[in-house]
Amino acid sequence: MSAKRQKRKQPLPSPGEWTFELIEAYHLEIDRVAREYGLDTYPNQIELITSEQMMDAYSSVGMPVNYHHWSFGKSFMHTEKGYRRGQMGLAYEIVINSNPCIAYLMEENTMTMQALVIAHAAYGHNSFFKGNYLFKQWTNADAIVDYLIFARNYLSECEERYGEEEVELLLDSCHALMNVGVDRYKRPAKLSLNKELTRQRERAEYLQSQVNDLWRTLPAHQVKTQAVEERRFPSEPQENLLYFIEKNAPLLEPWQREVVRIVRKIGQYFFPQRQTQVMNEGWATYWHYTLLNTLYDEGLLTDSFMMEFLHSHTNVVYQPNYNEPWYRGLNPYALGFAMWQDIRRICEHPTDEDRHWFPDIAGSDWRETFDFAMRNFKDESFVAQFLSPKVMRDFRLFAILDDDKESKLKVSAIHDDAGYRKVREILSDNYNLGSREPNLQVWNVDLRGDRSLTLRHQAYLRRPLNGDAEEVVKHVARLWGFVVRMEVAHEDGRVEVLHECRRDRRKSDTH
Amino acid sequence: MVRIIDRRFDSKNKSTVNRQRFMRRFKSQIREAVADAISGRSIKDLDNGESVSIPSRDLSEPQFHHGKGGIWENVFTGNDQFSSGDQINRPPGGGGSGSGKGKASKDGEGEDDFVFNLSREEFLDVFFDDLALPNLVKTQLARIHEYKSQRAGFTNDGTPANINVVRSLRGALGRRLALASPYSGKLRELQKQLEELLETRPDDDPEVLKLKDEIGILRAKIEAIPFIDTFDLRFNNRIKVPKPTTQAVMFCIMDVSGSMDEGKKATAKRFFMLLYLFLTRTYEHIEVVFIRHHTVAKEVNEEDFFHSRESGGTVVSSALDLMKEVLQQRYLNGAWNIYGAQASDGDNWENDSPHCRELLAESILPFLQYFAYIEITPGEPQNLWREYEKLLGVHANFAMQHIEGLPDIYPVFRELFKKRL
Repeated sequence: MSAKRQKRKQPLPSPGEWTFELIEAYHLEIDRVAREYGLDTYPNQIELITSEQMMDAYSSVGMPVNYHHWSFGKSFMHTEKGYRRGQMGLAYEIVINSNPCIAYLMEENTMTMQALVIAHAAYGHNSFFKGNYLFKQWTNADAIVDYLIFARNYLSECEERYGEEEVELLLDSCHALMNVGVDRYKRPAKLSLNKELTRQRERAEYLQSQVNDLWRTLPAHQVKTQAVEERRFPSEPQENLLYFIEKNAPLLEPWQREVVRIVRKIGQYFFPQRQTQVMNEGWATYWHYTLLNTLYDEGLLTDSFMMEFLHSHTNVVYQPNYNEPWYRGLNPYALGFAMWQDIRRICEHPTDEDRHWFPDIAGSDWRETFDFAMRNFKDESFVAQFLSPKVMRDFRLFAILDDDKESKLKVSAIHDDAGYRKVREILSDNYNLGSREPNLQVWNVDLRGDRSLTLRHQAYLRRPLNGDAEEVVKHVARLWGFVVRMEVAHEDGRVEVLHECRRDRRKSDTH
Repeated sequence: MVRIIDRRFDSKNKSTVNRQRFMRRFKSQIREAVADAISGRSIKDLDNGESVSIPSRDLSEPQFHHGKGGIWENVFTGNDQFSSGDQINRPPGGGGSGSGKGKASKDGEGEDDFVFNLSREEFLDVFFDDLALPNLVKTQLARIHEYKSQRAGFTNDGTPANINVVRSLRGALGRRLALASPYSGKLRELQKQLEELLETRPDDDPEVLKLKDEIGILRAKIEAIPFIDTFDLRFNNRIKVPKPTTQAVMFCIMDVSGSMDEGKKATAKRFFMLLYLFLTRTYEHIEVVFIRHHTVAKEVNEEDFFHSRESGGTVVSSALDLMKEVLQQRYLNGAWNIYGAQASDGDNWENDSPHCRELLAESILPFLQYFAYIEITPGEPQNLWREYEKLLGVHANFAMQHIEGLPDIYPVFRELFKKRL
């Protein structure tokens, strides 16, 4: 790097303290280089905030506005405590998938850190948000901030009308189901504030009439349909629990359905992030590293800047080994960064092994390959497609099979010729939400009888639900208003009831 | 293309609402923590927050996840010894140790208590809530300082109402003298020349006229110096200083005979704390004298006052005697405002009660700002109460209250507070 370094330009000053002029100057250069590399981003909006505001943003799940809820207060207090005692540093940045893309810079950061964050968040993450198919499908950067404002206003209106406590309990229940509020295989409708507002009232009325119809108890109707009514409901098992409740819970009032919807929509917004951690963080890390090094090669950055930058960068991509006390699993920054770097290497300097494993991309144009990979993959498929033997060797990856019926663990594969495919397969599966999280389904509603709702956990590899399940079932019962049953279907076909929560009157629970 | 926005001065405390929600939701746990804190605290120590810890299972946010068990296959880094097919013993513990499953840290995290700090305001809020204080009183008590504005010299700027005329004009005069000094020296010189000339020449001599012109110009210059300039203005300066406060002594008298159990003592402690808080509103320096008694009285420190156990009969007058003695020795020099607070279950030795009344009426109450007696007993008032009742009409600075629960304490202070306000 220093060999080909040409002193063409006067380096940008790199004092410890940042100024607005400097941020602008650095941004200008980073922007120029990013364009040269062909990064396509939303326009940037860089906001400077205090550490306290950073903690605020943290605790409201990284969103610039959010409705009020005690759990956000809890997480704020938790963060604040950790930060004040120096147990934990704050993230240097938060970036919001919106258009314009909002990146927060903390005022405590040095100039070097600000430049790093601009390159990482405002160009790395930003271009990922704009290009990746999951983000395109599941989120709408143009509408999210407006939607959050709508949500907050709607909820505070509800609080005024129905009481804070009522709303809080409802939110508690919805939050408990936030991670089962997504149709994994269906595309959601795009968010749009205007549509939300204009259609919200219509929807409320219409939904209520539908629900009423579903639960109609007029005798004439009953007689006529007695025979047909043996049909199941839902006709097929549903995986989106929140959606099912929003549309079908018999006792919810229209405003409550709207709240369920809001929580569902916001939860859905984070769905792509949960599935693209390695790719997204790796991508952003790769670009801050590449952009700043390019600037350095052009002679725009001082050596002291680079020293500080490399120090932070190295910390970010540090990967401890399995037997070190600070091992917390694979570091997505480290793995992602290594994989993107490796893809470039395969494109530019492929070895025979690479040609054998990656005939499509070995020797191809790396920018095109990057663009293709960034746009069309998520962690699961990205690992399955691009994890090369070299990266597996570098990380010395190995897979362990943990079967609770065996007394010992078994090493199922390691980084050798026999094991590459297996390790890659297992790692890919580890990033698959479908196998990482329990498979839960709305199984049946007893329409003619006690209106009870049955949820079914399709056990996979004998993995049980955790202890929270009983509590969550209570929350489901609060929303559903009648008996809720949780059963588990074992792989051998046995079905057993895990929990049952009787809740004849929803009201009785609320105070 | 880029927008850089400085948000650092936007409203802080965006999370305040969420924090309040949190506090409301866990009110009962917080109350408990505050009650614990009070029993562990000195009665003078009300100006600090408190750290509260809540078991984290109480505030969990449950979600569906996998638990431990079943078959898992995971990938780890840094293989240093394994080959395919190796069998390894399970690592002990799981969480924390390197080869624990990714899930373990998540489960393990949940075990600690959730600890956070109450601010002074939040602490007092809970404290007051128990005592059923009216809102006005709460805000009055929670306020830390009172200020009074005081003259403090002069400043160069201020409101027109505060202009100090004498100072301003004095400044103006000085300025005029200083600015005119080059001219007036010359003026004097010219005038002298003119006088000399006039002795030899007639009035209309061109030289004389020329001198007169010059003098005229100089005069005009001197007059052109403004009489007063904004620069000359001086304003009376007023600053806020904490209200001067005097000192007070507070006597805490408590019956520690066998019949006073821990519950009653806790109630008494709240009563003393509240009185102390009232006094801190008015006095900067407060001394507290603790006197406990059963059949004999003793001056003790706070620790012993609340925590050491005694038993036996009750002679209240012993405490009043001691109080009288301490009063005369240390506090009757006119520099002290004296307050007394007595807590008892009212169970006194029958013949002693009239003596108590006399002692109070004659040797104590005349010197005191206020004396409050609380009788903590679930049933009928006891003999001491009946004797004390006779003091009520006669002495305006005496108050008494029969207390069964914490909310009964406040009425004792109503009178006191009204007077002080």
